[in-house]
Amino acid sequence: MIDFTLSQNDQRVLDYVRSEALVARRYARHFDENEHEFPPDELPEAKDFPGAFAVMGKQGPEDSGPVVLGMLITAGQTWGDYSVRMRRGRGVGLGNAALAASGTPEQKAKWGGLLLSMAITEPGCGSDPSLVQTTAKLDEATNAWVINGEKIFVTTGCRAEGAVVWATLDKSAGRAGIKSFFIPKTAPGFVVAHKEKKLGIRADDTAAYVFKDCRIPRDHLLGGREEIPKGESGGFRDVMKTFNMTRPMTAAFGLGMSQAALDFTREQLEAAGVDLSYGAGVHGKSAAADRFQRLEALQEAAMLTVLNAAWLSQSGKHNNLEASISKAKGGGAVREITQGCIDLLGPLGVSREHLVEKWFRDVRITDIYEGTGQIQRLIIARTILDYDRTQLK
Amino acid sequence: MISFGPTEEQELVRDTLRDFAASVVRPAARAADEASELPAGFLQQAWELGLTATQLPSAVGGGGEPRSPVTNALVLEELACGDAALALAATAPGAFAFAIADHGTAEQQARLLPRFCGQQFAAGAIAWIEPSPVFDPLALATSAEAKGDGFVLNGKKRFVAMGDLAQDFLVIARRANAVKPGFAALDAFIVPRGAPGVTLGEREKLLGMKALPAFALTLDRVELPASARLGGERGVDARRLLASSRAASAALLTGLTRAVMEYAIPYAKDRRAFGEAIAQKQAIAFQLADMRIEVDAMRWLAWKAASFLEHGRDATREAAQAFGYTAEQAVKLSDAGVQVLGGHGFIREHPVEMWYRHARTLSVLDAVAAL
Repeated sequence: MIDFTLSQNDQRVLDYVRSEALVARRYARHFDENEHEFPPDELPEAKDFPGAFAVMGKQGPEDSGPVVLGMLITAGQTWGDYSVRMRRGRGVGLGNAALAASGTPEQKAKWGGLLLSMAITEPGCGSDPSLVQTTAKLDEATNAWVINGEKIFVTTGCRAEGAVVWATLDKSAGRAGIKSFFIPKTAPGFVVAHKEKKLGIRADDTAAYVFKDCRIPRDHLLGGREEIPKGESGGFRDVMKTFNMTRPMTAAFGLGMSQAALDFTREQLEAAGVDLSYGAGVHGKSAAADRFQRLEALQEAAMLTVLNAAWLSQSGKHNNLEASISKAKGGGAVREITQGCIDLLGPLGVSREHLVEKWFRDVRITDIYEGTGQIQRLIIARTILDYDRTQLK
Repeated sequence: MISFGPTEEQELVRDTLRDFAASVVRPAARAADEASELPAGFLQQAWELGLTATQLPSAVGGGGEPRSPVTNALVLEELACGDAALALAATAPGAFAFAIADHGTAEQQARLLPRFCGQQFAAGAIAWIEPSPVFDPLALATSAEAKGDGFVLNGKKRFVAMGDLAQDFLVIARRANAVKPGFAALDAFIVPRGAPGVTLGEREKLLGMKALPAFALTLDRVELPASARLGGERGVDARRLLASSRAASAALLTGLTRAVMEYAIPYAKDRRAFGEAIAQKQAIAFQLADMRIEVDAMRWLAWKAASFLEHGRDATREAAQAFGYTAEQAVKLSDAGVQVLGGHGFIREHPVEMWYRHARTLSVLDAVAAL
């Protein structure tokens, strides 16, 4: 049945997540201003917090289910802080999602327990990964791949124990020639060049890698297929599949922070005597209340597209289109909401005494990583128009 | 539980209404707009779908199905995808009857609801909007003053949909002794069309939704018995009444916008310029993508408000968000629809200019429908 109310159990879990987030938030400013430090894997308070999934327990038929609730938990965590968490889980890097989607059972068993980053983007290639310049050459004599190239904007890149790296076997083969490799940090020639300096999510670990004659064993090619398929995109499609869950998740990250901005703004305005209650028409409320309520509606609209993408996945239905919808909607919404909250708060909104200016910076990445808003619109447009990528470029 | 899955029954209802919208509503819409008249026989034809009677209590002759604002949101979206004016006309009896069913006393239900359970079309009308540029549904000029056991109503109403056919009006008024405006100051009264002092004015001449018969209504010292007050001594839950209306408008605006999208997509694939379909240009394709994104967002907001209503929860916030958001998007996206069609969007041979007028009209009619 169509339903938008949370079960008692759902609510209990989300209340718990909020209690964790309130603790994490105490550390938010420190790690924003000390970009070279990493937040700890576990906050000192963690001994008093069992973890959201322990609290969640078994899902009953009246509960929202792990994927849908998972999105709300995600947003509930970033409500506290994007990077500081009560516990930072292992094995949840983007590279882990890629391994899960395209690794062989043996590869998943062997490397699934490591924290893996995902290295696709290069200085000259972002939205169009078919332009990957990093090369992989098989050295038959030693049964090893030799990797050469540069990767940037690698999330969790410094702290990851290994990376899933896109490299081409044959540049002339285009997308079909691109394969993904597991490369452990210990591989000779793997250099973590630097941590990127960013507008927001500064505490987050974003690295640049250089591979210089980096050698890895032959069985480190994910999926194990060494041949270059003719007339198809090869492993490309598999990797793209991983985005169906990470895109709604990415939108949820941003929406947790825009919700935080809305909650702070409401608190401040109400304390100053602004009536934000719902019900009246446009002539029955102040301009500030009207603006604020529009931002809240936008937040709600975006979050519902995220929950829809999650619900489809949880129900075993296709969600490619809806994943892109949630990412496009979320990416735009969080920008507008945090910009608007600063409008409503005025100078208070830009003061570093409060976190709104930080959320404004932190959410800006939402519409860029995991496919920009424009890339999402390309995907959506191709889907609804039934066009392939040659018909709509 | 958060779930986006309609029940099998709801899917059946949705499919039936989708067929009805495509085969009956859409083909008649343009002529109805041009004539500013509902198509002959349309109200009876829509009546036979049983949209109102199904959810009325069996005690008054109804189908006895549980009241389901969610099902009604699906119905309104489908009908409005056919045509929003005809959709509002077809569901106006429900708006009145559901208000009686949700808020009325047993006596009011027994007196007023049986006529909505018969084979023949019966109309009711809601009179909430007033003729002021600063109209606010919570701050009404129309007043109800206690007199003896009963009430005296004074005021002017506008945009009373189906006012010509309704036997009774549900008039929303401010209690004359209320200290300040707001939900608590509101009351609803069942006003028979023949009551002394009730005058139905001119039919409204509208920008869009022209086929919908809507009227001005004047209440000049209209004396009513105590039994006319909806809900009796308990009164009406005005928050719920307004939320139901706004959620209904959100569903209508979703359907209307979906119509624009579904028309613009094939047009843009067919229309060629500079050697390719205009849909192959990002400038056009991205506008279509935005329509697709927003139609989803609009629908989920309408559903969420409907779901809250279905659970009997206060939906004031959810419904206000749904109506505000869908109103803004419907105008923006129907405007984009006109732009995608270019000159053809401006020509009355295509329905898009009509939908643009519908969207602009429906989006400012706060408090006209119900789930």
